[in-house]
Amino acid sequence: MATLEIRDLHVSVETENGTKEILKGVDLTVKQGETHAIMGPNGSGKSTLAYSVAGHPKYTVTSGTVTLDGEDVLAMTVDERARAGMFLAMQYPVEVPGVSVSNFLRTSATAIRGEAPKLRTWVKEVRTAMETLQMDPAFAERNVNEGFSGGEKKRHEILQMELLKPKIAILDETDSGLDVDALRQVSEGVNRVRETGEVGTLLITHYTRILRYITPDFVHVFANGRIAESGGPELADKLETEGYEAYTTKGGASA
Amino acid sequence: MAEAQNIPAGSTTAGSIAVAAESTVATRMSAPPSFDVADFPVPHGREEEWRFTPLDRLRGLHDGTAVATGEGVRVEVTAPDGVTVETVGRDDARIGRAGTPADRVAAQAYTSFEKASVVSVPKEAVLTEPIRIAVHGIGGVAYGHQVIELGAYAEAVVVIDHTGDAVLAANVDYLLGDGAKLTVVSVQDWDDKAVHVAQHNALVGRDATFKSIVVTFGGDLVRLHPRVTYAGPGGDAELFGLYFTDKGQHQEHRLLVDHNAPNCKSNVAYKGALQGQDAHAVWIGDVLIQAAAEGTDSYELNRNLVLTDGARVDSVPNLEIETGEIAGAGHASATGRFDDSQLFYLQSRGIPADEARRLVVRGFFAELVQQIGLPDVEERLLAKIDAELEASV
Ligand SMILES: Nc1ncnc2c1ncn2[C@@H]1O[C@H](COP(=O)(O)OP(=O)(O)O)[C@@H](O)[C@H]1O
Ligand SMILES: [Mg+2]
Repeated sequence: MATLEIRDLHVSVETENGTKEILKGVDLTVKQGETHAIMGPNGSGKSTLAYSVAGHPKYTVTSGTVTLDGEDVLAMTVDERARAGMFLAMQYPVEVPGVSVSNFLRTSATAIRGEAPKLRTWVKEVRTAMETLQMDPAFAERNVNEGFSGGEKKRHEILQMELLKPKIAILDETDSGLDVDALRQVSEGVNRVRETGEVGTLLITHYTRILRYITPDFVHVFANGRIAESGGPELADKLETEGYEAYTTKGGASA
Repeated sequence: MAEAQNIPAGSTTAGSIAVAAESTVATRMSAPPSFDVADFPVPHGREEEWRFTPLDRLRGLHDGTAVATGEGVRVEVTAPDGVTVETVGRDDARIGRAGTPADRVAAQAYTSFEKASVVSVPKEAVLTEPIRIAVHGIGGVAYGHQVIELGAYAEAVVVIDHTGDAVLAANVDYLLGDGAKLTVVSVQDWDDKAVHVAQHNALVGRDATFKSIVVTFGGDLVRLHPRVTYAGPGGDAELFGLYFTDKGQHQEHRLLVDHNAPNCKSNVAYKGALQGQDAHAVWIGDVLIQAAAEGTDSYELNRNLVLTDGARVDSVPNLEIETGEIAGAGHASATGRFDDSQLFYLQSRGIPADEARRLVVRGFFAELVQQIGLPDVEERLLAKIDAELEASV
């Protein structure tokens, strides 16, 4: 069973005013089949955690380790991490002009699976996945994320998750900016992948809203670059009523 | 794509819209157009039309020292039935009708060529197969003249392929009869040492449609000068270009659309990618809308994607409007670095870095290719781009 282990992770970025430490010792273990929600206020470092684990070049790991089944993830290139089974649904998916969704999906599926999927079954696989996410088939011929609405971009991210079948999926605010219908469809997509029992999910969110559709096994409160508190789903209820205030005021993070 | 705010050091992106009584497109040339090389002084390099070009790499095309060798290039024309292919002498009436040499090298080519090739498509003939012209350099110096003539309402696609090694200066004339439709794909796929300087003159007949697709990959120095004028109202010209400038290469495209007749359209879109030390791309886009050209609709665009340090782009759009009665006119120029966030996105989906870079560059070009509107030509070009990227990115 695949396990992602993050140990004492410290990450900094270069800013105009010098180096800034954003992650200040993150510890987290996510196993295949589990769902962890990471909740925290804006600017607490949630995206930094997601990007660092995926290998974004802007973020420098200054200490700590990340392993997938004991393999050193930090030593892998971005594409090696993906081929090892990691997936990041981005908060702000990137536009790639002139590259069609169908070409993109097929190229990445070929890379992840190690061989080109058979054309006939592949076309059907993509069509079915798009239908269940209520995506217009015309999307396949559009350029990646170009002119997509916020909701379309997020559906497209989940479409990739369904097709690429990662061992560990990090979903960075996939719920933000979605209306209720889109939120439900996107959540159903995530749940379909979860029900296979073959993915460990790290659900990063600012709001508790998505947790009505996706029930986490664990909830972690993220504040000031580290996990301030961990618990079960009931912790989300507490956040719903009390907000993040207790964690953001100075010294409150030890609660 | 990263936009104009992201301009690599060493590039210039200047633009101007001038409203002038007298055209500066014409007056900033060091001499008026002429068929006689003696009317042009030997350039020293500071002239407006030569300031971006490394004269020392022209191998004498600019100063009279490049002497034609017996057989510098081999030209082979393959045309479907009904098309006339002739080799004619200098006195043929069709030669030089589409335009006049605008600079010293074009005039040198005109003064020096011995035989011209004339390809004619009779009026109302609609070709289903392209005309192919293979220009293959065999290491010599050559001066050429090519005429492609379409009678009224004729339709044709012409594919000109340049390969091998040569020092070549040429003029290419496109004569479009009323209502004719001509698409020309000119591919510069030269070997590394080749030098190719050419002026393309299109004379677009009344209600005729001219589509030019220029694809420059190879050569040490390639300098092309596509020019369009209109023989009557209602003409439509689309000038597309793609270039991939590798280390040490100089690739220069200088365009002029002279809107001299009313109710004509022009659309110019050139895109280039550069990589490697001293890769140098130059794009000059001149559009002149004369006082008589009421109802003109014109747009020009140049985009450059800089993949590595050490490459340089000079992009200069220039729009001159002498009448207020136009349908539209605009220009855009942007030079950006390779966008690392696109690379990250693709890599995060398992796609290896090299392949991801190729996808992004291919996409950059594909956006333009998709506008050509001829599936055959589009497919062939994308295959060509794939091969070029496979070999070099
Ligand atoms: N590339 C960067 N350059 C400078 N500061 C950054 C960068 N990325 C993130 N930050 C800063 O790090 C902090 C955490 O950001 P982020 O990880 O995006 O938080 P969250 O996702 O929780 O909203 C913020 O203060 C943000 O401004
Ligand atoms: Mg974030």
